[in-house]
Amino acid sequence: MNLTLRVWRQPGPSVPGRLERYEAADISPDMSFLEMLDVVNEQLAVAGQEPIAFDHDCREGICGMCSLMINGVAHGPMKGTATCQLHMRSFTDGDEILIEPFRAGAFPVLRDLCVDRTALDRVIQAGGFISARTGAAPDGNATPVAKVDADRAMDAAACIGCGACVAACPNGSASLFTAAKVSHLGLLPQGQPERLRRVLRMVDQMDQEGFGGCTLYGECMEACPKEISIDFITRMNGDYLRASLSAGEPRT
Amino acid sequence: MTLLRFYRSTIGKKLIMAVSGIIGIIFLILHMVGNLQIFVGPDRINDYARFLHGPAAEVVLAQRVVLVVALVLHVWMAWQLTRINRAARPQAYTRREPQVTTLASRTLRWGGVFLLVFIVLHILHFTTLDLDPTFVELDVFGNALKAFDSVWMVGFYTVAMLLLGFHLFHGIWSSGRTLGVSPPSRAPLQRRIALGLALIIAIGFAAVPLAVWFGVVP
Repeated sequence: MNLTLRVWRQPGPSVPGRLERYEAADISPDMSFLEMLDVVNEQLAVAGQEPIAFDHDCREGICGMCSLMINGVAHGPMKGTATCQLHMRSFTDGDEILIEPFRAGAFPVLRDLCVDRTALDRVIQAGGFISARTGAAPDGNATPVAKVDADRAMDAAACIGCGACVAACPNGSASLFTAAKVSHLGLLPQGQPERLRRVLRMVDQMDQEGFGGCTLYGECMEACPKEISIDFITRMNGDYLRASLSAGEPRT
Repeated sequence: MTLLRFYRSTIGKKLIMAVSGIIGIIFLILHMVGNLQIFVGPDRINDYARFLHGPAAEVVLAQRVVLVVALVLHVWMAWQLTRINRAARPQAYTRREPQVTTLASRTLRWGGVFLLVFIVLHILHFTTLDLDPTFVELDVFGNALKAFDSVWMVGFYTVAMLLLGFHLFHGIWSSGRTLGVSPPSRAPLQRRIALGLALIIAIGFAAVPLAVWFGVVP
C-alpha cells in the first residue's frame, strides 16, 4: 500500500504546530497503524529528518498509552480498539490519512502527537482508591460480591485511561473516564465507605483540570477502545447528587 | 459550602438544567392540553382562559414565578456550561468526525437561543397582547384566528415547535441520565420515551397554528 500522511508536527508545548505531508510507501496491510508510523520514522531518520513523536507502549491494547486522532476519529475507524490494534487493512491503497494529537486544554501537546495526560492521573489521585490497611491477601470469597455487580465493576475497570473519551467529546469532557473510575470502586463492597467522598473529590478535580461538562452526546462511548457505557456517567451523576444532598463531606 | 461546591461543578450545573428543564416539560404538557381545547370550539377554550384568569389566578401567578425562575436558571447554566465547554478545547481539530451525535444535540444551543426569542415574542403576542393591537383580552379563539392568518406567523410557530421537538428529544432523555435515575441499558443512546413525548408535544403545539391556517378549527 502507498499512503499519504498529513501529520501534526509541533516541536514543543509553547511552539505553534502545523500539518506536514509525508509519503508512506510499501506499507503492508498487516501492519498495525503504529508499525506503519515506525516505518515512516525509519525513512525520516535515514533522510536525516526528525522522526514523528507519538505515544505507545504495550501495543496490545491494554496500557492506554497510544492515542491519535485519525481522520477525525479517536483511535481511528476500528470500533472498540486502541490505535495499536488498528491495522492498515482498515485503509485502502492511495488513501490520505490525517493524524492529529488528542486535543483538549487539559491535554497540552508535548511534541508532535504526544500529549500530556497526567490530568487524568490527578483525577484518580483525588479519590480513585480505597483506604484499606494492607496486609496478607484476604481469602478469595471472604467478601461476597454478586455476579451482576462484579461484571459491571469489571466493565468500568476496563478503562485504560487513554483519554479517547476526552478527545472525541465535542466539549472536551472527561466524564466517561471519571465515571468509570468512580464506578468500578463504587460498585464493590470495598468501595462503599468512601463512595460519596470519592465522587465529590474526583468530580471537583475533573473540573479543576479544565475538562468540559457532559452534554451526553455519546461520542465518548463510541470512541472508547474498551466500549465503556455512558450508563456509568448516569451512575456518577446519581452518586454526585446523593453526595451533594448528604450533609457535608463524609469524613471516612 | 456544599451548595457552592455543587453550583460550581459541571455536574451541579447540569443537574440544575435537568430539574429546570423538567419543570418546563410539565408546564408544556399542561399548556398543550389547554391549547388543544381549541378543537372543541370557541366557547370551550375561552371558558378555559376565563377560568385561568378568574378562579385560578393565584395558581397561575405562582406557576409563572416558578417558570421564570426555572427559565432563568436553565439559560444561565447553559450559558456557563457553553463557556466552560468551549474553553476545554482551545485548539480545534483540523477535522473531527462525530460518530453518534444527533441533530437534536447539535442544535441544542442555537435552537435554545431561538426558543428563548420565541418565548419572549410568544408572551408579547398572546399574553401581553402587545404585538397586535387588534387582539381582544380573553378571546383566545379569536386571537388565534387572527394570529395564524399570516403564513409568516404559522411558519415561525411551526419552526419553533420543530426546534422544541429536537430540544426535548435530547433534553427529556438526558435529564434522566443527569439525575442518575435512568436504568442501565444495552443501547444507552436509544430513547423511546423521549422520542414519543417530544413528538406528542411538538405535534400537539404545531397542530393549532397549522389547523387554523388550513381552516380545520370549528
